[in-house]
Amino acid sequence: MLRYMLRRILATIPVMVVVAIFVFSLLYFAPGDPAAIIAGDQATAEDIALIRESLGLDRPFLVRFGEWSWNILNGDLGTSIFTGLPITHLIAQRIEPTLSLTILTLVFAILVAVPLGVLAAWKAGTWIDSAVMIFAVLGFSVPIFVVGYILAWLMALQLGWLPVQGYRSIGDGLWPWFRSLILPSISLGCVYIALIARITRSTVVEVLRQDYIRTARAKGLAQMPTLFIHGLRNAAVPIVTVIGIGFAMLISGTVVTESVFALPGLGRLTIDAILHRDYPVIQALVLIFSFAYVLVNLAVDLAYTLFDPRIRY
Amino acid sequence: MHRRNFLKGVAAGSAAALFSPRLSLAAESRVLKFVPSADVTVVDPVWTTAYVTRNHGYMVFDTLYGYDDNFQIRPQMVAGHEIGKDGLEWRLTLRDGLKFHDGEPVLARDVVASIRRWADRDVFGKDLMAATDELSAASDKVVVFRLKRPFALLPAALGKMTSRMPCIMPERLAMTPPSEQVTEVIGSGPFRFVADERVQGALTVYEKFQDYVPREGSAVGRTGGPKIANVDRVEWHVMPDAATASGALQAGEVDWVESPLPDLLPLLRSQDGIEVKLLDTSGTIGSMRLNHLHPPFDNPAIRRAVLSVIDQKNFMQAVAGEDPSMWRAGVGVFTPESPMASDAGMDILNGPRDFEAGKAAIAEAGYNGEPVVLLAASDYAALRAEAEVGADTLNRLGLNVDYQSLDWGTIQQRRRSREPLDKGGWSCLYTGINGLEAWDPSSHQNSRGLGDAGQYGWPVSDELEAARKAWLEAPDLAGQKAACERIQLGVFDVVPYIPLGLHYAPAAFRSTVSNIPYGFAQFYGVTKSA
Repeated sequence: MLRYMLRRILATIPVMVVVAIFVFSLLYFAPGDPAAIIAGDQATAEDIALIRESLGLDRPFLVRFGEWSWNILNGDLGTSIFTGLPITHLIAQRIEPTLSLTILTLVFAILVAVPLGVLAAWKAGTWIDSAVMIFAVLGFSVPIFVVGYILAWLMALQLGWLPVQGYRSIGDGLWPWFRSLILPSISLGCVYIALIARITRSTVVEVLRQDYIRTARAKGLAQMPTLFIHGLRNAAVPIVTVIGIGFAMLISGTVVTESVFALPGLGRLTIDAILHRDYPVIQALVLIFSFAYVLVNLAVDLAYTLFDPRIRY
Repeated sequence: MHRRNFLKGVAAGSAAALFSPRLSLAAESRVLKFVPSADVTVVDPVWTTAYVTRNHGYMVFDTLYGYDDNFQIRPQMVAGHEIGKDGLEWRLTLRDGLKFHDGEPVLARDVVASIRRWADRDVFGKDLMAATDELSAASDKVVVFRLKRPFALLPAALGKMTSRMPCIMPERLAMTPPSEQVTEVIGSGPFRFVADERVQGALTVYEKFQDYVPREGSAVGRTGGPKIANVDRVEWHVMPDAATASGALQAGEVDWVESPLPDLLPLLRSQDGIEVKLLDTSGTIGSMRLNHLHPPFDNPAIRRAVLSVIDQKNFMQAVAGEDPSMWRAGVGVFTPESPMASDAGMDILNGPRDFEAGKAAIAEAGYNGEPVVLLAASDYAALRAEAEVGADTLNRLGLNVDYQSLDWGTIQQRRRSREPLDKGGWSCLYTGINGLEAWDPSSHQNSRGLGDAGQYGWPVSDELEAARKAWLEAPDLAGQKAACERIQLGVFDVVPYIPLGLHYAPAAFRSTVSNIPYGFAQFYGVTKSA
């Protein structure tokens, strides 16, 4: 197992190298000029040229790529073109809201989606099944920002129960922190719930048709243990796989959710960096997101062994 | 836990909950939460011309002169000045008690270094330095300008409100090359920048500078007068989503939204406890910038034909809606109500729009169906609306429009391209001129005729440059007005750009906030009740 983990982590290195080259090249050739954006609308061509020169943006591709790669290898993500602040500082400021939102959404989605999916499978073909699947289709179809606006209007503006926007650090207290994340987590979680509930339903329906389930029922085992211990555990591998694959969806969803609810997270940092063409920040964030995606999928692979003892690495 | 202890704990908790709101209300009234229209990504007001950085600059830095509500220039950091030797020597004396936020006194040498750095980049500053023989610190409190020729606009240059604020910073920071950003924000203004709490793209925090000594006199005008900070702390909360910002204002989570989306204004106006008010009466003038390098707009007759059919009302309704109090048509080169605005040549914009005559003029000018590459900013509602009306106007005129929708960042790069259209060039684009920039010729980039040395579009006009020089050297207001009439007539002849009308962006704020100064977002004098 340890050797497998090590091998998988080492295998991320070429992946990250390819991502790095791809992202750097893409940004280099993409339209847009940070110097022009910095200089502002009233600037002259001379102003822009001076800023380009001072930021080193006029140097050749290979020189810039070589310097950036060397810095990355030395653990230096670089500095923001706009603020001059180290990117590690910018990320450190933003990581808590994004991690909080992601984890809370994940927990919330799993807690809601898995029982919903099991319920739909148990009541397959009934109105309950149809209702759950309609909810799933809606959750998948309605954009995150629409859900966000509706929730903010209802829960914050009409009822006054929750804040419209903003993030409270966990250091300010557990309740303020949780309160600031309820609406964003529900908004972001809807798509995820739909995805997991659908896969849970179809997998559990499949499992419930197996002989050993019929045997368990014939032996007089109660409905809940049959569903959740024998049924769900054997259906867990595809569900966990979808949770892992859906992580990318979660990352892209945070970009929208953080903008709608004004959460100062990595998603907003990404959007701002793209709009400003703050290349070092974009490069660092894409690398970090890619690395996180690879790690989550490694965790998913390892989780298989928990649910299916036949799987060994 | 025993039941009795538990009940005691609950009682204590309830008491705390009962009393804490009073304390927090009092504290909250000293904190002003503001939603700017953009983030302060760059903190050096000399390094960029971004308006949000200018606004940030006026929080933290002070200027030698400032403007009152009547747009009259007033001493701000200077106690006064003496003019001698036939107007060729200006001696500026600093006020007593001026201090930087690091505790150091403001000295004349700080001023000299700051002005030199600013003037190296700013257009008006360059004009001033071109007329200056020597700038020096005669003592700790006296700054001397020795001029080559009289420059009556010296206080106006040193107190200009447009972007590239002539801010005064410590000499050690002002020695930074103008092409590099100063990232340590030490000013001598009424608020201190709290660097530790800054979250780029989300939050910028300012605290009242306790050692600030306001100048004496009546309440602050725009940037001149006693700048008194009535709140302890101002927080700028960046909200990329306009609907979220409006929601936060309605819920009382923020106090002031700088420029809500025009579509949301009726909703905000209908809410109790919220006021919608036009603070920046100078507005924004829409501008259709034409590229003079390539056909068809290298032909002045075609440019004038386009000018003759522009209907400012159509453009402004697309930008700001049907409410006529939110926009103005019949807008020339200079901001309406400014001393430099005039009717000179305005018939070409105010007369009846005759597309048939326009088509005939274009045919006569030799138009051969060349494409017109129109760059439209997809991510700025006002600019997108102007581009759409502009495309329709050009189509109706019979021009072959290639409408290209791009994000603003791409347009900012693309507009610098001097290449032909088939190699990434462009023909026209839409932008906005802040009303203060168009107040007079000092910062009015669109009306320049500098060619290669000027802004994108590269119009060449000796007459426009001569008229601007005449304005700079005019001894009195009458002379300045005459020069500006020449500029306006020159613009309608050369057509470096076409003014598309002026639109306003009102602010929305809670009724608990009062005494907001007119002009761009400023925070001195502002009070907030509990």
